[in-house]
Amino acid sequence: MDLALVWFILIAVLWTGYLVLEGFDFGVGMLMPIVGKTNRGRRVALNTIGPVWDGNEVWLLTAGGATFAAFPEWYATMFSGFYLPLLLILLSLIVRAVAIEYRGKINDETWRSRWDWVIILSAWIPSILWGVAFANLVRGVPLDENHQFIGNFFTLVSPFALLGGLVTLTLFLSHGAVFLSLKTDGVIRERSEAVARRMTLAAIVVAGVWAVWAQLAYSGKAWTWAAVGVAALALIGAWYSSLRGRFGWAFVANGVAIVGAVVLIFGSMYPDVMPASNDPANSLTIDNASSTDYTLTVMTWVAAILTPVVLAYQAWSYWVFRRRLSEEHIPEHNELTFAKN
Amino acid sequence: MEALELARWQFGITTVYHFVLVPLTIGLSLLVAIMQTAWVRTGNEKWLRLTKFYGKLLLINFALGVATGIVQEFQFGMNWSEYSRFVGDVFGAPLAMEALLAFFLESTFLGLWIFGWDRLPKRLHLMTVWAFSIGSLLSAYFIIAANSWMQHPVGAEYNPETGRAEMNDIGAVLTNSTTLVAFPHVIATAFLVAGTFVAGIAVYWMVRRSRQDRDHHDLPMYRTAARFGAVTMIIAGVAVIVTGDIQAKLMFEQQPIKMAAAEALIETEQPAAFSLLTIGNLAGDDPSSVRHIITVPGLTSYLATGDWNAEVPGLNDLQELYAERYGATTPDGQEINYRPNLAVTYWSFRLMIGLAAFSAALALAVLWFTRKKGVVTQGWMRTLALVSLPMPFLAASFGWIFTEMGRQPFVVAPNPTGSDQIMLMTMFGYSTSVSAGEVLTSMISFTIVYAILGVFWFRLMQRYAVEGAPEVAEPVLQSDDDDTAKPLSFAY
Ligand code: HDD
Ligand code: HEM
Ligand code: HEM
Repeated sequence: MDLALVWFILIAVLWTGYLVLEGFDFGVGMLMPIVGKTNRGRRVALNTIGPVWDGNEVWLLTAGGATFAAFPEWYATMFSGFYLPLLLILLSLIVRAVAIEYRGKINDETWRSRWDWVIILSAWIPSILWGVAFANLVRGVPLDENHQFIGNFFTLVSPFALLGGLVTLTLFLSHGAVFLSLKTDGVIRERSEAVARRMTLAAIVVAGVWAVWAQLAYSGKAWTWAAVGVAALALIGAWYSSLRGRFGWAFVANGVAIVGAVVLIFGSMYPDVMPASNDPANSLTIDNASSTDYTLTVMTWVAAILTPVVLAYQAWSYWVFRRRLSEEHIPEHNELTFAKN
Repeated sequence: MEALELARWQFGITTVYHFVLVPLTIGLSLLVAIMQTAWVRTGNEKWLRLTKFYGKLLLINFALGVATGIVQEFQFGMNWSEYSRFVGDVFGAPLAMEALLAFFLESTFLGLWIFGWDRLPKRLHLMTVWAFSIGSLLSAYFIIAANSWMQHPVGAEYNPETGRAEMNDIGAVLTNSTTLVAFPHVIATAFLVAGTFVAGIAVYWMVRRSRQDRDHHDLPMYRTAARFGAVTMIIAGVAVIVTGDIQAKLMFEQQPIKMAAAEALIETEQPAAFSLLTIGNLAGDDPSSVRHIITVPGLTSYLATGDWNAEVPGLNDLQELYAERYGATTPDGQEINYRPNLAVTYWSFRLMIGLAAFSAALALAVLWFTRKKGVVTQGWMRTLALVSLPMPFLAASFGWIFTEMGRQPFVVAPNPTGSDQIMLMTMFGYSTSVSAGEVLTSMISFTIVYAILGVFWFRLMQRYAVEGAPEVAEPVLQSDDDDTAKPLSFAY
């Protein structure tokens, strides 16, 4: 198979990893006040992702790096074209990383609740914006003959893109609630299960409408119906499993739904990596955006050797922290206060 | 200001900010790994206390390092899209490898280390901090390989059809002679930073405790930490000088105009002196006004070549040479000035070298006062320790500012023994599709957010340092069949 195509698929895989893993991180962040209610409850929620959120975020960095290495033109056009949305995402990721780490470092109610707000907002913003960005990839953006983006911020805002934002939002909320149902105990678990039952249903509606819209308006390929179908069935499965209290299955089903969505997105673009909405001749394609065969060969070896290793130790870290958390597991605050003793 | 200038300012601000945090993470993670190893080996509680104390400071620092690093990964595409198109085939590879090989390792094992004290057996837990620390070293290697390619492009050829640089030898890219000296120089710098940090805080505490109680049981612990930091500083300091010297000779071969800029050497000299103070208009409009006041004869010749008598070409001659080889004018007819900003290069080069003197003074003083079981009690030592703390951070930042600004007007500097086509002027590298208003927006928001986070970073570092090493309990491994809900040993 053509190596550029391999990398197109690999990048889809990296995005899938990112959306599945950081998807529930964002979900937990958004749901923290809803299922947590008290400081101790919020800490239960936060600590379910405590040891793993940073490793999850690296999937994004790898997707970015891999795009740079394998499709420099795509990397250049996409990130300069989506400038302002990407800026908002980056600002969210910056403050989120710091908020998670600094929240518990000072034993003070005001300090904690301010950082809680940062954690919550910085989960909402990217949850919406990632959907907007992907929807714009599906829909295409105006490009000139040098593949430069020639729109502006408002080009990126359309009903289809905004609905895309709602898709990732509901998917992440549902995914986060299911994750919390699996990782917590006691009242937090009860509340999470209740949210999961509702959000899995919301995800079916929102994602369903968007997927059919994407398929009909932008895909132009019959086979991507399969991805729409798989995603839809998986979402229904997630809803059904959460009604039955089978959250392990619901988690798997949500994962499958995200895979379906990514296949739909990438499948509808193929063979473009960035369709030009104004003139198809200006589109960036797998061929005209990719690196040379030499670079792709090198990168294929690197990915083939390292990816299994990464998967193995990340899986191990999930295994080490497999235990459910409940309010009893949360230690008293014994950190410093700003006032000197 | 134009989009180009704004993009440059934004890149400079965000990168220097990122790099203020980086050397401490790299150096301190390894020092903490050594401390924890000493605890596992000896069972001596003081090592556990030091591990936890400096480990906490490391985490506070790491969080901001990660946050600011994320921006870097995307900034090339956002603000330097034309650069990215030109170099992506080569430059993207080390960046992707860094993420795959280093960032995953760092972040996953850090999570295991922080939360794993009571979940993993002692030795396995020790391994996680080593894995974390090795991850940060690997990350430095790959990013420096990427950066070195911009200083000295190798392993690539120019494709006139696509107008891009294309990689033809990954081995050459990863073993670039520039990388092989820049990496040890930066790592040695990281240890100088971390050694100063460990010793500085330990001295502060030794003086404070010894004034309360000459026999305080914390004193042997802080004494150990101070000596540990001092020995690190001495070794790192020697390594910085040795590698810096090698680097200077390489720089003279690869980017002679950067050497001339470091010295503000207007005319070719033989032998060329090294000046400690220079006045005049360094901005370059009036080269004849530049006067070197205090000089060390022949030192620049020596730095550049190893020979005290060698000829070192000056900026005026080099300008002519570069104009001949790489073009006198841009496509739209402007004359190209190949001279970097002299004020910045001249002074940052001196500050990089000079500010390290604080660490040297601190290291020697600590080793002297703590000989034969001695303890530091002098108030002025506390002052010296606190004043020295920020100095290597600043020195390292000036080192980068020098390297990067000395490369201007190129973003990819031409390799004198390589292809003349593989080079890119900074002014052709920025994103033409991003408006000045957008760059201004991002620059202002990054600066404000970074400033606020910087304040929290500083206050937390200060607060935890001033609290001193906590008393600790031995971690107890929790087994799985333990269904009594014991609280976690660590939770956010
Ligand atoms: C010499 C070392 C060095 C240099 C020159 C840079 N970095 Fe860095 N970076 C590190 C050394 C490092 C590190 C030691 O690995 C960090 C620093 C603090 C930290 O927490 O990890 C890190 C963190 C870090 C992260 C977050 C990783 C995570 O989530 O775990 C990213 C994405 C980058 N960096 C990317 C960059 C890019 C694109 C740079 C080029 C402009 C750059 N860094 C310069
Ligand atoms: C691999 C690492 C790095 C890469 C790939 C890199 C790349 C770049 C690029 C693309 C520019 C823009 C061109 C320009 O403005 O001149 C630049 C400029 C600059 N970089 Fe780096 N850089 C790296 C590391 C660093 C570090 C660690 C620092 C400092 C802490 C640094 C400091 C600067 C400065 C000060 C500028 C000049 C900005 C200006 O022109 O005003 N760089 N670098
Ligand atoms: C005798 C002392 C030193 C010498 C001769 C020296 C020499 C050099 C040279 C020549 C470069 C530029 C290389 C290039 O652009 O090709 C450089 C870069 C740098 N220096 Fe130093 N240096 C010294 C001390 C220090 C100290 C004390 C620090 C920090 C604590 C430091 C940190 C750096 C950094 C971070 C860079 C940029 C990264 C790089 O290009 O490797 N240096 N140094």
